[in-house]
Amino acid sequence: MKQGKVLKKVLSYLKKYSALIVFSVVFAAMIVGLTLYVPILIGNAIDAIVEGAVNFGLIRDYLFRVVIVVAITAFLQWLMNVINNHVTYHVVRDIRKEAFDKLQILPLKYVDAHSYGEIVSRIITDVDTFADGLLMGFTQLFTGIVTILGTLAIMLSLHPMITLVVVVITPLSLFVANFIAKHTYDMFKVQSETRGEQTAFVEEMLGNAKVVKAFGRADESMETFVEINERLQKCSLKAIFYSSLTNPCTRFVNSIVYACVALVGAFTVLSGNMTVGILSCFLNYANQYTKPFNEVSGVITELQNAIACAGRIFELIEEKPQVPDAEDSVLLNDVRGEIRCENVCFSYTPEQKLIENFNVHVKPGQNVAIVGPTGCGKTTVINLLMRFYDVRSGEIKVDGNEIQDIKRQSLRSNYGMVLQETWLKSGTIRDNIKMGKPQATDEEMIAAAKAAHAHSFIRRLPNGYDTVIGEDGGMLSQGQKQLLCISRIMLSLPPMLILDEATSSIDTRTEMKIQSAFSQLMKGRTSFIVAHRLSTIKNADIILVMKDGNIIEQGNHEQLLKQNGFYAQLYRS
Amino acid sequence: MKRLLIYLQDYKKECVLAPLFKMLEASFELLVPLVIAAIIDTGIGESAGKGYITKACLILFALAFVGLVSSVTAQFFSAKAAVGYATKLRNALFGHLQSMSYSEIDTIGTSTMITRMTSDVNQTQTGVNMFLRLFLRSPFVVFGAMIMAYTIDAKSAISFAVAIVLLLVVVCGITKISIPLMKQVQGQLDDVLLTARENLVGIRVIRAFCKEEEEVQRFAEKNMKLTAGQKKAGSVSALMNPLTYIIINLAIVYLIWTGAVQVDRGILTQGQVVALYNYMSQILVELIKLANLIITLNKALASANRIADVFEIETSMEWKRNAEGEDSLAEDIVVFKDVCLSYAGGGEEALSDIDFTVKRGQTIGIIGGTGSGKSSLVNLIPRFYDATRGEVLVDGKNVREYAEEELEKKIAVVPQKAVLFKGTIESNLRWGKEDATAEEMEQAIAAAQAEDVVKAKGGLSGEVAQGGKNLSGGQRQRLTIARAFVKQAPILILDDSASALDMATDARLRAAIRSLSYQPTVFIVSQRTNAIMDADRIIVLDDGKVEGIGTHEELLSTCVVYKEIYESQFKKEVSAS
Repeated sequence: MKQGKVLKKVLSYLKKYSALIVFSVVFAAMIVGLTLYVPILIGNAIDAIVEGAVNFGLIRDYLFRVVIVVAITAFLQWLMNVINNHVTYHVVRDIRKEAFDKLQILPLKYVDAHSYGEIVSRIITDVDTFADGLLMGFTQLFTGIVTILGTLAIMLSLHPMITLVVVVITPLSLFVANFIAKHTYDMFKVQSETRGEQTAFVEEMLGNAKVVKAFGRADESMETFVEINERLQKCSLKAIFYSSLTNPCTRFVNSIVYACVALVGAFTVLSGNMTVGILSCFLNYANQYTKPFNEVSGVITELQNAIACAGRIFELIEEKPQVPDAEDSVLLNDVRGEIRCENVCFSYTPEQKLIENFNVHVKPGQNVAIVGPTGCGKTTVINLLMRFYDVRSGEIKVDGNEIQDIKRQSLRSNYGMVLQETWLKSGTIRDNIKMGKPQATDEEMIAAAKAAHAHSFIRRLPNGYDTVIGEDGGMLSQGQKQLLCISRIMLSLPPMLILDEATSSIDTRTEMKIQSAFSQLMKGRTSFIVAHRLSTIKNADIILVMKDGNIIEQGNHEQLLKQNGFYAQLYRS
Repeated sequence: MKRLLIYLQDYKKECVLAPLFKMLEASFELLVPLVIAAIIDTGIGESAGKGYITKACLILFALAFVGLVSSVTAQFFSAKAAVGYATKLRNALFGHLQSMSYSEIDTIGTSTMITRMTSDVNQTQTGVNMFLRLFLRSPFVVFGAMIMAYTIDAKSAISFAVAIVLLLVVVCGITKISIPLMKQVQGQLDDVLLTARENLVGIRVIRAFCKEEEEVQRFAEKNMKLTAGQKKAGSVSALMNPLTYIIINLAIVYLIWTGAVQVDRGILTQGQVVALYNYMSQILVELIKLANLIITLNKALASANRIADVFEIETSMEWKRNAEGEDSLAEDIVVFKDVCLSYAGGGEEALSDIDFTVKRGQTIGIIGGTGSGKSSLVNLIPRFYDATRGEVLVDGKNVREYAEEELEKKIAVVPQKAVLFKGTIESNLRWGKEDATAEEMEQAIAAAQAEDVVKAKGGLSGEVAQGGKNLSGGQRQRLTIARAFVKQAPILILDDSASALDMATDARLRAAIRSLSYQPTVFIVSQRTNAIMDADRIIVLDDGKVEGIGTHEELLSTCVVYKEIYESQFKKEVSAS
């Protein structure tokens, strides 16, 4: 995304808060004006302190004005801060919400093609960096620029000659800061690369500390670590030292400006063209004038960073969503479970063809087994049935309705799905089991858990069904997680089932016990089962044999054996 | 804390010099207002002339330059000390973490170890750096300004004292209130992050159950909470600028008024009033720096404490320096005598009263359901864990009497989780034996049925990504098995390490193990009966207890659990893939 376009988008988010932003800008201008006015007042007051003839009336007058001005400034400052906070955090909230909302309607294709870490870092880290940049931009960029201009104007009106001195020397500080930043950039890059290398190594070795121990490789890995660490030490020292030169150097330039103003100013006072008060005022300005320069250059890098982050977020937000359900899309009622695939073609990428002209007719209540070696693309079938992906051409029909015409929600809620990769949401066991049927009673829930043979282990958990489990199941074993996923289906009892190695992590004895409940469940329900147990496959009405992503054979056990093809080969091995 | 400070020991010189030079810089800065006062009073007031003013300004230039030099010197020393400290700390911490035994690894957890090693150490590095730079400078400038003011005019110095106290109260107070608020915001942010992550990982299930709306709702709520938290924290720190601005300016007003009175009495000069005014302006900047330093230090201290906590954890496993007692090459290679094991904080015993003897060259199958203690049992042989009661003997000697390396050499393990390391296939195989010949490696690969994997990756020099991510589960498993073969240790343990292999490959692998030239004693852990049914002896575990020991035939007739497992897999079903 181009920077200009990103900025435009950012502005569109700000629009909602334009009234507040106008206030903020006006306040900022007022604050700068008043802040600059104070040194003048103080300078005047100092001028009234003439040895032997102190004009107390005048001083009181000026100081009184200072108090008033300061009070107003402080109040405006506070108000502006509050407004800026409000605008920033609300804009960020809006963006984050939009990004998350988008996540729910993105095609799975996008999610599958990006790592979770990447998407999460867009929604969280990038938005956060953007917030920081925005806030800084608000509070410092504008006031910084106005301060520079304001100071310049006042200095010019007070004394053009001295102003010239300040104007000529100050850019030096910007130049120095820039010079250092440019030259340390490479050092920081090396540092972060080395750091990355070290983190990767640490992750690998500590993450697998048990293997390292088992093979007695602690000394070797220590050696490598020390080597990386030494390199890190060298480049870190460089990066940290050189970057820490910025402050002393800009401070040095500021001191030079200060000294020059003192020199020229004192001469001017001597020649009678200026008062001491104005000189002290000038000295004060010389300090104030250089500070925003340093700040502004910092803010600009920060803003660039923020805009880059915003660009990444907007990329996500503007990603093409899945095709929305049509207005007249069908709602399924009393599903019988008749599924027809007609000339289905599908592939994840246009270059690599997978499923070509696939036809099958599954009658209500039939069991379909999907078999094939690992990595043959059994999940592709599930992706198509659940409409996680859309077919490229051809049709899949449920009870005679083309699934692209059915409301997604209606289609999906008629399937019960248990996947090999179990997923539980953080919450209580109860929340998880009732996921498919929130209105279920506790009795129904317990009955379902009993059917899935999950009741006994749930009961032994510290708080039974109210035990809170962490992200993705936390303390539960893979097998226990699978039992919970099965309980979910046992409770919601949808008319069609998709079981992807649903019992792969459950030990065979327990599995045998669940088996009867499963058969009960499958009776009269159209089911698709990815499995490797022969009995399940043998009893299936239709077997789909997959290889390299395509469905190469179909039929029942006897038919396929007779064909003497890939299935027969698998069976005999 | 003390534990971490020892890593600064080699940088004592730097630790003294850095703040010292910083202080030097600060004292040069403090001289500036005095020079200005001299310019105003002597140069202008007493008309000492241009020469005097020029000289004074040259002094200003000199002060600026000397200030620059000392500050650069200070930055160098503090960077050197901080980076050196972090490097030493990292080395020590990594070494310490590597010395942990399995139980400590379990309790600390991998992610904790990694954050301690990385972000926490970096945090303390920044802490040390900032501390060395600022802890003398900022207070020195603040109190120095006050003392300088005192030398000019004792009475005016009181207003400095009052202003400093008030500013300190405001700055520290606001910092103190906002730190917990920031922490809260961090927590809320983590919560938002977790929700986003959870939604990605569970995207299929969420869509299958049509929970999109609900999740949007849930996220919106957490997002709102975060925004509210951010605004609250922001509104507290929004007070900082206005309040400090008021205090400093009121102090200046007071200063000028009393200054005017003093000048009127002839005690002070106009230039001195200007100097006092300048000192007052210097205080604010430094106080705010001080507040930021406190925040940085707070974070660093928290990190330091977390690191120190890890250092506190001593490995619970003492290894003998040198092997004690003789190990014999007797017939009984592994003996378990009434062994019990309970894990740290694990409650019930994972293994109870395990008692068996294994003869040299035998193949032992270990079977049982999930959580029956199979892995726990084999983990005791290489002393990954210490038995809570009873004895484990290898080659006739208690494993506790071995030196770590000596025992490690005797045993090759194929862990349950197939882990490979970044590098090449060769570098991974060499984990088993550093000086393995190409021939030895090829033999191991052949025995592990991994020839096709190696071929597909382009031979021994084929690249392996971190964690072996460029290989499938089955490919990784076979390479981890080959790695163990390369070691040619007398005891070989396969901990459910063929689960991703299909039946045919698994069968060929088992045949290859039987014909290994160095004839190891083999332990095979599995959930599948066919993987262990031809073992010399099978140990059946259930809930951490031995349900039966014997051959396949013996167990079928005597052991109910075994019979059930066998039937669940064989009688009714045979695996097809």
